[in-house]
Amino acid sequence: MNSISPVGGASPLEVRIRRKSFASADRSETEVLRDLAFSLAPATFNCLIGPSGCGKTTTLRILLGLDRDYDGTVRWPKPDMRIAAVFQEPRLLPWRTVDQNVRLALPDGASPDLDTLYRVLGLAEMRTRYPAELSLGLERRVALARAFAVMPDVLLLDEPFVSLDEHTADRLRDLLVDLAVMHAVTVLMVTHNVREAARMADRLLLINGRPARIVGDVMVPMPRSARHGTDFGLFLEQLMRQHPGTVRI
Amino acid sequence: MTNLPLRSLSIVAFLALWAALAALAGRHDVPAPSTVLSILIREAQSGDLFFHLGATLARVVAAFTLAMAAGSAIGIAMGQSRVTDRLLDPWVILMINLPALVIIVLCYIWIGLTETAAILAVSLNKVPNVIITVREGARALDPKLSEMAAVFRFSRWKTIRHVVLPQMQPFIAAAGRSGLSLIWKIVLVVEFLGRSNGVGFQIHLYFQLFDVASVLAYALAFVVVMLAIEFMVVQPVEQHLTRWRSKPA
Repeated sequence: MNSISPVGGASPLEVRIRRKSFASADRSETEVLRDLAFSLAPATFNCLIGPSGCGKTTTLRILLGLDRDYDGTVRWPKPDMRIAAVFQEPRLLPWRTVDQNVRLALPDGASPDLDTLYRVLGLAEMRTRYPAELSLGLERRVALARAFAVMPDVLLLDEPFVSLDEHTADRLRDLLVDLAVMHAVTVLMVTHNVREAARMADRLLLINGRPARIVGDVMVPMPRSARHGTDFGLFLEQLMRQHPGTVRI
Repeated sequence: MTNLPLRSLSIVAFLALWAALAALAGRHDVPAPSTVLSILIREAQSGDLFFHLGATLARVVAAFTLAMAAGSAIGIAMGQSRVTDRLLDPWVILMINLPALVIIVLCYIWIGLTETAAILAVSLNKVPNVIITVREGARALDPKLSEMAAVFRFSRWKTIRHVVLPQMQPFIAAAGRSGLSLIWKIVLVVEFLGRSNGVGFQIHLYFQLFDVASVLAYALAFVVVMLAIEFMVVQPVEQHLTRWRSKPA
């Protein structure tokens, strides 16, 4: 797993989870992750794929520092990396407006070009609205805007496009890829949607099993502009044949 | 305000009942509403009324601010930390069961017949109620929003101001509402026992003279002040703080 060489001399983000378990109500321990290890090269787009309930969100929470009760290490390339996250739910502060929600997440002294960001995300008219006045799709866009506005070095996303209509989801996917590439962000996106992952990512990390571990590490072999038509279909089919338990389309 | 006519009717009926009972009793210590009103006017013209109302109001504001600040801080700490809760809970139970009079007498004996002792005594009587109400709110804080704040590296102050306090607002408001009426009643006792101005002091004076009309005049005047605070301060502030809730259709 150490074979990915860092781009541009920067070192990768290294994740080594030896063991992660949860205590059940009957005091027995359920092991969810074992020997799950991968490293993320800087400025790459990675997707963590697996069936629901296999420990993808748990992995992400460990990376985010929200779950420290595990055996293993997460080594960040720099100690003061800027991290941003998009959770499964938008997690906006209901008592703050769209604009306030985004600005509150900014580090001290940061002044990104929010006008452009709002325009790109279709939020220009929504800045003074409260989250309760928005649809779920709009709330998700605000969560994305908040994550981008931070200008993160590392962006972690947990199924950010579920329950959106395909058209909106597609537009937001393109937007996410564009912004990530433009700002050289290291992305790890959790999803169970293989088609979505294969369209967006440089690299697919497949996890499965109980306890879960990495069962596949696949570089997507074609440029993003070529990811449609028969070639792309063949790639997905091959992926499905090689990882029948993990990849379902 | 469609219920305004009903409310006015209720007040007129109350005054009529009072006047009738006073006429029926025909005694000096059961004064008619008109007698009380003429005393009110007399005291207002001499300026005494406003001097004593002002003194009491200042004590109410000071004791209220102190009790709310201390009670909220302790309540949030207890709601968030199980250890703090277990350590302080017996103290809270002790304080809430200690009669107001005992706390007042002890403060006056230990600190002296001073303004500090008076305000501290009133605050100490109110603090345990605030703690208990606010603690409930702190136990119900949404961990998802706290996680969001942690991931985006909100400072401690930013988290309290934008994430914690807005969630606590209904509980703090409830504590404040019940607090204001409780506090002004205790302030009167404190003034009665050991101050040389304020509504409580005046009531003490007229009690010794058996002047029921003046006692009622001062009590009613302060009730009016409290009503004014309710309509001119409490309700507008609440409306401002809950502006983000979507209005019922």
